[in-house]
Amino acid sequence: MSEMVLVLVGAALVNNVVLSQFYGLCPFLGVSRQVKTAASMGVAVIFVITIASAVASLIYDLVLTPLDIQFLQTIVFILVIAGLVQFVEMFLKKSSPALYQSLGVYLPLITTNCAVLGVALTNVQKEYSFATSVVNGIGTSVGFTIAIVILAGIREKMENNNIVEPLKGMPIVLFTAALMAIAFNGFSGLI
Amino acid sequence: MNEYKERILNGIIKENPTFILVLGMCPTLAVTTSVNNAIGMGLSTTAVLILSNLIISCMRNVIPDKVRIPGYIVVIASLVTVVELVLKAYIPSLYSALGLYIPLIVVNCIILGRAEAYASKATPLFAAADGVGMGLGFTIALSLIGLFRELIGAGTIMGLHVMPSGYQPIAIFVSAPGAFIVLGALIAILNGLNIQNNGNKKVEGCSGDCCSCGAGACADRKEEQKIEGQEG
Repeated sequence: MSEMVLVLVGAALVNNVVLSQFYGLCPFLGVSRQVKTAASMGVAVIFVITIASAVASLIYDLVLTPLDIQFLQTIVFILVIAGLVQFVEMFLKKSSPALYQSLGVYLPLITTNCAVLGVALTNVQKEYSFATSVVNGIGTSVGFTIAIVILAGIREKMENNNIVEPLKGMPIVLFTAALMAIAFNGFSGLI
Repeated sequence: MNEYKERILNGIIKENPTFILVLGMCPTLAVTTSVNNAIGMGLSTTAVLILSNLIISCMRNVIPDKVRIPGYIVVIASLVTVVELVLKAYIPSLYSALGLYIPLIVVNCIILGRAEAYASKATPLFAAADGVGMGLGFTIALSLIGLFRELIGAGTIMGLHVMPSGYQPIAIFVSAPGAFIVLGALIAILNGLNIQNNGNKKVEGCSGDCCSCGAGACADRKEEQKIEGQEG
């Protein structure tokens, strides 16, 4: 049990996906203009990564390892993720239109979010069990959500500021992310 | 011949994937702790990019429009697996330094983006030239970031000491925050130059939806999002 908690906290705060591992930077920099959209993106990511890490872990243990074709993991995982995202989208559309309304737009974008594939591959590389893989997936995606919501909050405040001309747009966002990364370094003593 | 040269220069300068299009940020920031890693990553991506552009361009009339994105992903993932196995066999040091970022070349927006935006519409040779240009542009950008980070953060260039012996390396530049700072500063300098040159052309980066990265599956979603944005 304590191992699970360590994996969870480690993935969410200490080794934050975005700020120390650099997975999922495209949505982190792209979809962080408003807190509302950032939070929706975060929830969609939590949803997909949790399912994807469970499915990828099962496929690796039950299909790839017995057949001894682990080298195909990249191809298999990315196809599974792409299919899974499509499936989740269709399922939500039918079963929960309200949830689909708020998450639908973000789902296809997640296929190319390297955090999803990154988590699946990390789980395999670190030889996590099925349960640990799922916990690692949850921790990672929660870490992503924390980071993107904080950045969106800061960017909303920055809207009203007078920023030097060359720094407008991407550079000031990158500098903000740098300061956040320094702050998240503070968690490194936690484990 | 001139058209091919134009394609290659277009990728390196006019539409540089890192500084102008701001695509493929994950490897750009993660592996640029040293010039060697940056060049290794850049060249691996270039190899995948040239071959995937070539193959996808050859198959552009065969792949049905509806399943083109999964089709592209299979082609790209196969090429990445080949590159991964080659690196593992012949350059194990680079393989272990780049680690997970080699399989993650699959989800590098530049590759899928070029497949969707250019290779699926162009003839094979042009597509390959575009791959060369984009790949070299990416490699040069990565090396530049790696150069600054390694120089400031470790006082070396490609492992050779170049700073005076009294220089205290600023370790933060080789860790995560330094990556953001160096890329931010480089884009800011570029913005500054552009402002002086031609008015308001500024690096805005990924426009927020990965549609700009070429995941064409969301072309119709862009409209949806717009409508939703107006309502909200």
